[in-house]
Amino acid sequence: MPFKFTRGDLHWLGVIGVTLLCLALQGEWTWLAKYPKDLILPIADWLNAIMDWIVAYLGWFFLGISWALEWPIKAVRFVLNALPWSVTAFLFCTIAWAASGWKLAAFTLFSILYMLVIGYWAESMNTLSLVAISVPLAILVGFAFGVWGFFSNRAERAIMPMLDVLQTVPSFAYLLPILMLFGFGTVVGLIASVLYSFPPMVRNTIVGLRGVSPEVIESGLMSGAKPSQLFWQVRVPSSLRQLLLGVNQATMASLSMVIIASIIGGTADIGWEVLSTIRKAQFGESLLAGMVIALMAMVIDRITVGLAARSGDYDPDAKSFAQKYRIWIVAALGAALFFVLAQIIGDLNEWPRAWEVSPAKGMNDGLTYMVVNFRDEIEAVKKLAFFFVMLPAKIGLQGAVSPFTWGFELTLAHKIGYALVMTGLAGWAGYRGKVNAGIAILIFAIVIYFGLTGMPWPALLLICAVAGWKIGGRALGLGTALGLGFIVVTGIWPEAMLSIYLCGIAVLISFLAGTAIGIWAAHNDTVSAIVRPFNDTLQTMPLFVLLIPFVMVFKIGEFTALLAIIAYAIVPAIRYAEHGLRSLPATVIEAATMIGATNRQMLWQVKVPLALPVMMLGLNQTIMYGIAMLVIAALVGTNGLEQIVYIGLSDGDFGVGIIAGIGMAIIAIITDRMTHAWSRKRQEELGLSVE
Amino acid sequence: MKTPTNDHSDIKLSCRNVWKVYGRQPEQFFEGTQGRVTDAVQHSDAIRDADHIVANADVSFDVHAGEIFVIMGLSGSGKSTIVRCLSRLVEPTAGEILLDGEDLLKKSDAELIDIRRHKMGMVFQSFGLMPHLNVIDNIAFPLKLQGVTETERYAQAERVIELVGLEGRENNFPKELSGGQQQRVGIARSLAVEPDVWFLDEPFSALDPLIRKQMQDEFLRIQEKLHKSIVFITHDFQEALRIADRMAIMRDGAVVQIGRPIDLILNPADGYVREFTQDVPWERILRAEDILDDTASETAELKRVARGTLVETLLPRLAANNSGVVVEGEDGSVLGVATARGLTAALAAGCIPAPEEA
Repeated sequence: MPFKFTRGDLHWLGVIGVTLLCLALQGEWTWLAKYPKDLILPIADWLNAIMDWIVAYLGWFFLGISWALEWPIKAVRFVLNALPWSVTAFLFCTIAWAASGWKLAAFTLFSILYMLVIGYWAESMNTLSLVAISVPLAILVGFAFGVWGFFSNRAERAIMPMLDVLQTVPSFAYLLPILMLFGFGTVVGLIASVLYSFPPMVRNTIVGLRGVSPEVIESGLMSGAKPSQLFWQVRVPSSLRQLLLGVNQATMASLSMVIIASIIGGTADIGWEVLSTIRKAQFGESLLAGMVIALMAMVIDRITVGLAARSGDYDPDAKSFAQKYRIWIVAALGAALFFVLAQIIGDLNEWPRAWEVSPAKGMNDGLTYMVVNFRDEIEAVKKLAFFFVMLPAKIGLQGAVSPFTWGFELTLAHKIGYALVMTGLAGWAGYRGKVNAGIAILIFAIVIYFGLTGMPWPALLLICAVAGWKIGGRALGLGTALGLGFIVVTGIWPEAMLSIYLCGIAVLISFLAGTAIGIWAAHNDTVSAIVRPFNDTLQTMPLFVLLIPFVMVFKIGEFTALLAIIAYAIVPAIRYAEHGLRSLPATVIEAATMIGATNRQMLWQVKVPLALPVMMLGLNQTIMYGIAMLVIAALVGTNGLEQIVYIGLSDGDFGVGIIAGIGMAIIAIITDRMTHAWSRKRQEELGLSVE
Repeated sequence: MKTPTNDHSDIKLSCRNVWKVYGRQPEQFFEGTQGRVTDAVQHSDAIRDADHIVANADVSFDVHAGEIFVIMGLSGSGKSTIVRCLSRLVEPTAGEILLDGEDLLKKSDAELIDIRRHKMGMVFQSFGLMPHLNVIDNIAFPLKLQGVTETERYAQAERVIELVGLEGRENNFPKELSGGQQQRVGIARSLAVEPDVWFLDEPFSALDPLIRKQMQDEFLRIQEKLHKSIVFITHDFQEALRIADRMAIMRDGAVVQIGRPIDLILNPADGYVREFTQDVPWERILRAEDILDDTASETAELKRVARGTLVETLLPRLAANNSGVVVEGEDGSVLGVATARGLTAALAAGCIPAPEEA
C-alpha cells in the first residue's frame, strides 16, 4: 500500500519539519545552535556550596568512618603481605580445586607464579586486600537491601532507581564525592568499590528470593515453619545458586572498581602500577602489570562461578566427618606445613629476586621497532577511519568533506545531489509501505550532513523525546525530554554530543560486527567454540587493561578510544545474537524448512526477525558496555562528558564533575529504557518470551 | 476396598460458608455475616460486578474421620483455593473452618504453626520439595523445624520411607529422582509428622498416566493402613471415582454437588455434572445394592450375592433371569432384590431426560 500515513507518521514528519526549520534559522537565532551562556543554571556552583557545607559541618563524621575502616584494611593488608607466598598460593589453589577441580587449580597456580616471576606480588596482595574487605561488605549490604526490597514493595520501588543510578554513573564520578568526604587513601577505593559492587547483589537477592516456587514456600509453611525458619531454611537455601551468582558479580564489580580507584593514587596496588607505567609510556611494563589484573580477575571469576555452579551438586553417599570436611582439613594442614617450611627455607617465604624475570624491556623495544617500521600503515588506517567515519559523524559531511580529506570540494551540485538521493530513497521506502524506514532515512541523512555537533539542540531534543514517546509511551517521552533538558540547562550539551558521537560510532560498529560474528557462531559450532573464550576473557578483563594494546600502537587520541570501546562492547552483541538465534523455537524452524525455505530465506525472513528482540537486548548491553568503557577512555584523551568527569576528579571540582557524571548517567538510562521498551514491545507482538 | 460411608459418624474437618474474594476491599461484602448469605449466586454476581474476583463462593462441606473426600473441578473452579483455605495457606475472606470443632480462623499464628506441625500434612502438585535437601532430610524437614533430634527424626523418616517404598534412595537429591519418586518423597514428608488431616492438592496430575494409576493404588494401600481424614483435590473425574468415599464437584468457586460417586452418577444435580458422568463406564461403578428393585420380591430359588458386587459381574445373570438376584449385607441380612428393571431405572436417572412430548 503506497504512502499510507498513520497519525504517528505525521508526528514524525512534523518533527522533521521543525528540525529543518531550526537548521534554517540557526544563522539568524544563534541560541538555536548554541544554548546561551547566560541561561546556564549554575547547578555546579550550588552543588559545590552544598558539598563545602557538608565537609565543613559533617566532615568529622565521614573522617571517623574513614578512620574506622582504615583498620581492617590495614590488618588484611598486613596478613596478606606477611604470609609466605607459598602459603597464599597453596590456599588459593585449594579453593580453586574445591570450586571447580584441578584445571582451575592449575590455572590459579600459573597465575600466582606469573605474579611472582614478574615481580608484582606485593602490589597484587595490596589490591587483593581491598577486594577482600569490600566484597564481604558489599555482599552484606546488598543482601540486606535485597531482603528488604523482597519483603516490601515500597522499599523495592525506592531501591531500584537508586541501583540504576549507582550502576550508570561513571565510575570516576563516584570517586569525587567520596574523595571529598572521606579524604585520600585506600578507604576511598574501598567505599567506592562497595558502592559500585553491592547493586548486583541486591538484584540477584531479589530475583533469587522471588524465584523460589510457591509450592516450596507452601510446603515449608505446611511443615510448620515459623517466619524466621521459613526464611533461613526454605527461601535462602532454595535460592542459593542465584545468591552465589550475585556474589560472583559483586566480586567482579568490586575488583574493577578497586582498580579504577587506584587512579587517585597512594595505594601502591596493581592498578596504580598500570596507570603510572602508561603515563610514563612504559607499555611493556603496563602490559605485564595489566596481565596480572586480568589473571586475577579470571581466577576470582572462575572460582566464584564454580562455587555457584557447585551449589546444586550433592554427593549422594553418606559421609564421615573427615570426608565431609576434607577440603578444610587439607587446607589447614597444607597451609600449616607450608608455613613451617617457609620458616626453614627462606625462598618459600619470600620469592627471591634472582627468580624474577621481566621481559618488559624486550617488549618495549619490539613495539618501538614495529611502530617505527609500520608507521605509514598505522597512520593510513587512522586517517581512513578519521576522515570517512569519525569526522562525518562529528561535524557532518558539510564540514568533513574537503579537498584535504575526501579529495574534492563540496559544491552546490553535490549538496543538491545528496538531498535528492536521500529524499528519493526515503520516498521510495515510503512508497513501498515502509514509512518508518523512510522517516529514519531522512533523519539519518540530516544528522550525517550537519554532524551531531552541528545539529541545533532543540531539534535533537525533540527527535529523542518523540522517539521515546513512540517507543515507551508518554512517561518515557517526558523523561527523555526532562533528562536531555537537564543536560541543556547545565551547559554540558556540546560535550554530551561529543560523547554520544564517539560512543555511537563505536556501538554501531560493535553491534554490526558483533551480530555478524554471532550469526556465524550460531550456525557453526567451531566458530562458536573459538569465539567463546575470547568473549569470556574480554568480559572479565578490567577496563584499564583493554586500553593498553591500543594505546601502544595508536597512541593517545579518539581513534584509540574508539577501538578500545569496540573491543569491549562487541562482546554482548556477539553473545546475544548467538543466543537469540540458537534459542528459537524448533517448531518454527521445522515449519519453515518444510515450506521449503532456502538457507538465506531462513536466516533473513525467519530467524533474524524472530531473534530480533533478543538482539535488541544485546544492543542495549552493547550501549551500556560502550558507555562504561567510554568513561575509562577519558584516560587516553577524548573530549566528551567523560573528560569533564576526569578533569573534575583531578581538579577536585565536585560540582562540574558530578554534573557531567549525571549527564552520562542520563544518557545511559534513556538509551537503556528505550531499547528495553522496544524489545519488550516486539516480544509481546511476537508472543515470544525471552528472559 | 472401600469403607462404607456411614461408618464415619464423627466429623473431623468442616468447612462452613467459606468465601474467598480477591480485590481491593474484599471484606466489605461480608460485614457481620460470617459468610452466611441468603442467595450465594446473587451475592457472587454482586461481588463480581464490583470488580472483585470470587475464588470461592459459599463453600460448605464436612470431612468425616477416616474418609477420603475428593474435590473435583476443572482449572479455575477454585478447588486449589479451597484446600489452601482449609490449611490457611490462603486466608478465607468469610466463613468458618472447623477442625475437631474448633474454628481454625480464630487461631493465632503461633497456634496455627503448632496445628500444622502436628495435625496437618499436605502434598503438592509439583511436589514442593526442598531442592537443597536429600530425600531423608526432605522427609525429616518438618520434624527438624519442630526441633526433633537428628537420630529421632531420621528414625521416623525411615519408617515413612518404608511406607512409600523409597528404601535405598535416602541420600538422593530431588533432581535425581523421577516424578513418581519425587511425589513419594512429598507423600512421605507429609506423613512424617503423623497428621490427622491429610491434604493432597492434585498430587498425581504431573505424572504419566501409568505411573498415576500405580500411585493411586499405592495411595489407597497407604490409606487402608493409616485411616487419615483426607481432602484430595483433582481435575480428573476418573481419578475421583476411583478413590473417593465422597466427592464434591466445584464450578466457578462454588460447590455444585456433594455425594458418593454413585450418587453423582445416578442423580447428577445438573447438566454440568452430567457432562462428567456421561462417559463413565457405569457397569464398573454400579454395585448390586444400587440397582435394587422395590417391586420385586425375594423368593427362595433366587441366587444370592454380597453387597458391593459390581454390576458388571451380575449382567449375565440379570440377562438370564427376569426376577433378579437377592443382595445381602455382611451379616447375611437381605437388602433387597436387584433386577434388570432396577438397573434400567438407575441408568435412566443418570441420563438426560427426553424432551416432554406435547
